[in-house]
Amino acid sequence: MATGAETKQQVEEIEPFEAAQEIESGDVVLIDTREPHEFQEARIEGGKLVPPGLLGDEIATAAPDKSARTILYCRSGNRSYKAAEQMEALGYTDVASMAGGILLWQEQGLPVVATDGMTPEQRDRYSRHTLLPEVGVDGQLKMLNAKVLLLGAGGLGAPTALYLAAAGIGTIGLVDDDVVDASNLQRQVIHNTERIGVPKTTSARLTIEALNPDVNVVEHQMRLNAENILELIEDYDVIVDGADNFPTRYLLNDASVRLRKPVVSASILSFDGQISTFVPFEGPCYRCLYPTPPPAELAPSCSANGVLGVMAGTMGTLQANEVLKLVIGIGEPLVGRLLLYEALGTRFTELKVRRDPECPICGPDVAEIPESEMGKFPDYDAFCAG
Amino acid sequence: MATVRIPKVLQAQTGGQPEVEAAGSNVGEVLRALTAAHPDTGAQLFGEEGELNRYVNVYLNDEDVRVLDGLDTAVSDGDTVVILPAMAGG
Repeated sequence: MATGAETKQQVEEIEPFEAAQEIESGDVVLIDTREPHEFQEARIEGGKLVPPGLLGDEIATAAPDKSARTILYCRSGNRSYKAAEQMEALGYTDVASMAGGILLWQEQGLPVVATDGMTPEQRDRYSRHTLLPEVGVDGQLKMLNAKVLLLGAGGLGAPTALYLAAAGIGTIGLVDDDVVDASNLQRQVIHNTERIGVPKTTSARLTIEALNPDVNVVEHQMRLNAENILELIEDYDVIVDGADNFPTRYLLNDASVRLRKPVVSASILSFDGQISTFVPFEGPCYRCLYPTPPPAELAPSCSANGVLGVMAGTMGTLQANEVLKLVIGIGEPLVGRLLLYEALGTRFTELKVRRDPECPICGPDVAEIPESEMGKFPDYDAFCAG
Repeated sequence: MATVRIPKVLQAQTGGQPEVEAAGSNVGEVLRALTAAHPDTGAQLFGEEGELNRYVNVYLNDEDVRVLDGLDTAVSDGDTVVILPAMAGG
């Protein structure tokens, strides 16, 4: 007993969140010390499989540098601990075992990837996706690991969220501070009559959870502002702009360019819709397209002017299409292109959007933004009222 | 003659017409012909100095006139001039 305790103290053990930070920072060799069938089911991204029985033969290939920082994990932390002892005996000098293993890692909400990689239920649910050669299992796994933030759980957000959820986007964040109103239901199909008075983020979450239990819905029941936007969008891969006002659209643009987050942006009014995809520094940004917001009389709202309900569905599902292409990495997103849709004439028009060499946000002369300037934005309400 | 596509927010000023035929050898002349036929559109397209309002996007076919020659961009018969408003409805 006493000998075992002494031995145990020799190997460094780290918590999953510490391991996650080190893995994130890059300079780590990550070794999975489980059996192949366990590795197939779920693993930590970047982990190299070295089963315990083969450690002596395979570790030199998986971890050639004996002085490199090496983190080991297994299911619960026992096998990786023993493997770490073995590696130290072989001369490795900076080895740590992750306490609690991948079980604790997952319990703490940290992400895993599956190699082959889906559960039997998922193989069935997503079979019409995985049959598509452009999507396949890899594409579906990308969706399951993707984090998409929807700005607005209203007209555009409702259909976008439904289709992203059905597609198996793993994390969907919803930003909205409003509650469901009867006048929303002519187009906001994610809500229903029983939910009148319920926060839109909650109503949308309930619908999504019933549609697809694979989706983790994060409610952000708030209004975006200059103080909270950077922190909010930082964790997401793609942002979907369905905001109902210009200040929010300009704020989102400026923040997303700073953090280099792609934005799928659509807007609707009466019978007209517009959509484009802004990928910072690869194509134009929202300000390249619209340097100046229009005055109030040329910027009517849906609540003042009305909107044909199905317009939200048409444009919202086009947004979902853009998101899925960005996540999977297929097709041609609407980068540098603005697609107009006129419902009355049933007509699509495509316009070119160029990067503005004088854009104050993404122009080529815009230097790297210093930390002290991050999160500082102009007064958009005043800017948009002017 | 060129065809000017009128956005929904401006159609109240063109008697509900989604398209208006207008003559002119360049984009500025075509838009002036539009405002002559439908005077209420003028204040929304042009500022006090006669310049195109900064918040109005105008395209000749599929290209923004800002990357062409602005209001001086030459227009041929059969071209389409698109007036594009920013919209924020979601």
